[in-house]
Amino acid sequence: MTISRRDMLLGTAGLAAAGAAGGLVTPAFAQAAPKYTPEKGASLRLLRWSPFVKGDEDQWIANSKKFTEKTGVEVRIDKESWEDIRPKAAVAANVGSGPDIMLVWFDDAHQYPDKLLDVSELANDLGKRYGGWYPGLEGYAKRDGKFIGLPLAAIGNAICYRESAMKEAGWSAFPTKTDDFLELCKALKAKGKPAGFAHGKAVGDGNNYAHWILWSHGAQMVDEKGKVVINSPETIKALNYARELYKTFIPGTESWLDVNNNRAFLAGEISLTANGVSLYYAAKNDPKLADMAKDIKTAQLPIGPVGKAVELHQTTSAVVFKYTKYPKAAMAYLQFMWEQDQMQAWIKESSAYCCQPLKAFANNPVWTSDPNHAPYAKASETLRPNGYAGPLGYASAATMADYVVVDMVAEAATGQRTPEEAAKRAEQRANRYYRV
Amino acid sequence: MTDATAARLRPASRPSLWDRIGQGRNALGLIFMLPAAVFLLLFLTYPLGLGVWLGFTDTRIGRAGVFIGLENYEMLLTDHVFLLSVFNTILYTVVASILKFALGLWLALILNEHLPFKAFFRAIVLLPWVVPTVLSAIAFWWIYDAQFSIISWALIKLGWIDAPINFLGDSTNARASVIAANVWRGIPFVAISLLAGLQTIPPSLNEAATLDGATSWQRFRHITLPMLSPIIAVVMTFSVLFTFTDFQLIYVLTRGGPLNATHLMATLSFQRAIPGGQLGEGAAIAVAMIPFLLGAILFSYFGLQRRKWQQGGAD
Repeated sequence: MTISRRDMLLGTAGLAAAGAAGGLVTPAFAQAAPKYTPEKGASLRLLRWSPFVKGDEDQWIANSKKFTEKTGVEVRIDKESWEDIRPKAAVAANVGSGPDIMLVWFDDAHQYPDKLLDVSELANDLGKRYGGWYPGLEGYAKRDGKFIGLPLAAIGNAICYRESAMKEAGWSAFPTKTDDFLELCKALKAKGKPAGFAHGKAVGDGNNYAHWILWSHGAQMVDEKGKVVINSPETIKALNYARELYKTFIPGTESWLDVNNNRAFLAGEISLTANGVSLYYAAKNDPKLADMAKDIKTAQLPIGPVGKAVELHQTTSAVVFKYTKYPKAAMAYLQFMWEQDQMQAWIKESSAYCCQPLKAFANNPVWTSDPNHAPYAKASETLRPNGYAGPLGYASAATMADYVVVDMVAEAATGQRTPEEAAKRAEQRANRYYRV
Repeated sequence: MTDATAARLRPASRPSLWDRIGQGRNALGLIFMLPAAVFLLLFLTYPLGLGVWLGFTDTRIGRAGVFIGLENYEMLLTDHVFLLSVFNTILYTVVASILKFALGLWLALILNEHLPFKAFFRAIVLLPWVVPTVLSAIAFWWIYDAQFSIISWALIKLGWIDAPINFLGDSTNARASVIAANVWRGIPFVAISLLAGLQTIPPSLNEAATLDGATSWQRFRHITLPMLSPIIAVVMTFSVLFTFTDFQLIYVLTRGGPLNATHLMATLSFQRAIPGGQLGEGAAIAVAMIPFLLGAILFSYFGLQRRKWQQGGAD
């Protein structure tokens, strides 16, 4: 994704003459940005999820240090395991004290929108200057036309496979359609190098896979009004596909949690799975797995009957709580961190784990530094919010937390229930949350 | 110099209020009990009461709820995942408790015999109990791994099976596996407690019975078991409670999967309340455990402990 000249001109309407000609963002544009002067004696506390790659954390801290040097505002950065972020953020919002800024997941911001600072001014300005936000990420951060958070990144998910196994199975290029993909998986199974996707209670991998199954076939959990429409012919089609695909998997995927596919892949038990880029790095950073690392290739998940790539991925946004004593400092901090210099450096150091929130940053060198990064560069583009196409909030979050989609796909795929039964049960379960 | 002695030095004055409190049995007793009472109220009664209250509301994380009466419970009754978790919890508790009792008693009886290195073995037996639950659960997680299970590996090497056993992927296997892990962890508690009970049985009883020609089974049946029953009642009550409320083992091994076949009420309560944000519903599930727990306690107290000799009667 590149920024069109039109986007740029729109975004910089007042300053078009100042130098939009090159289509590059130059410091001159920064002058158009709203200015936030930190309060006197301000200090900030940020709570973030524990990083998955070290470079991410180091660069985030380095960027924050730069901010402190520039403004004198101290920023204390705490981290929590990523699963603890959701309850912590909810409690902070509820109790009205805690960190000033938090990096939260998925639809968290929509659970307590009235407790969050409106960051629309900043977000709109950033969007204008940097080619616009990706719609999927924007959806997670926007409510009723207002930004209640600043989209930060999509944590991309993509197919990781062994090229040698694919070739052995008779394929020279990775299939881009779901039908061909099924054939490839069948061939891999026949060669004794099966695929494997998590069917257990894997928060990340399980949800990514199950939502891909659902969405790629045009099925969806709810309609625009939040009415549950999961029990549909599209869902049945999707589940039938999942059933066929499951037959090609290595046995035992029903019990897989988030790390099992990594373990099985790195041990050579499976030749194909979907994961974050961390799987590739686990092989690359291990001298003993050097041969395997060379054999690993990545690809986008295949496109189904719906005709375009749609995936869940993981999303993170930054929110500022209304109770903060230093809202100006918080805004200044976010503005600084999202500016090109800082954001681009952070994305680069995150080693393809974090995909940019703003379209102008798609030219980050990290995406071309290794061909295996390329599929992950598309994460923000293919991302579709949880609980599509309904509103985000308690119901969407609770439905995911209760593994409704994961369970449905697993039930049908493993043959525990017929696709029709599984869809009906999912409908019942989702209705418990989407009830009015 | 205390106030009391100070008062004695001033014989003319009436005993002060402080003196009366200090010397009165009732008032002093109340004061000494106060810290414990405050502690209980603050850390037991209040959270329990709050939990029960939350179960009657639609509270979500980040939003105070309103009273909705029994709606949470009505919703749960039609929720097949909840009903499955109740079934799982009862199955898990009953099977694991019976196994723990049988194996624990057996182990205690063996350890009560004169074995070489007795102290060493008794210490070793405690190990599963001493290891933090999460650590032992992670060890079991590897043991039960779908691809890298040591058990599957060993059996494949022996040529007994061709493919790894699907420990946690198949509903029945998964239930058996988590019960086995729980039993492994719970045996030491039962065994060591019963061993302590066994050692309080006076040897003279057994000697007398032996002289009367009782077989070892008769001695066990008519001396050991009756003498041990109060301990068994207490130990099994605790064991049932621990098992019923188990959380860590399931959460590490399966998170309730596959297809909710190992979801216990405790894990479902957490899943709904914290990651799902539905505090009210989570609390209702937790509260729904209370009748079962009370039932278990009452059963053990009235069923196992009512022995004539315990109430001072002859036996």
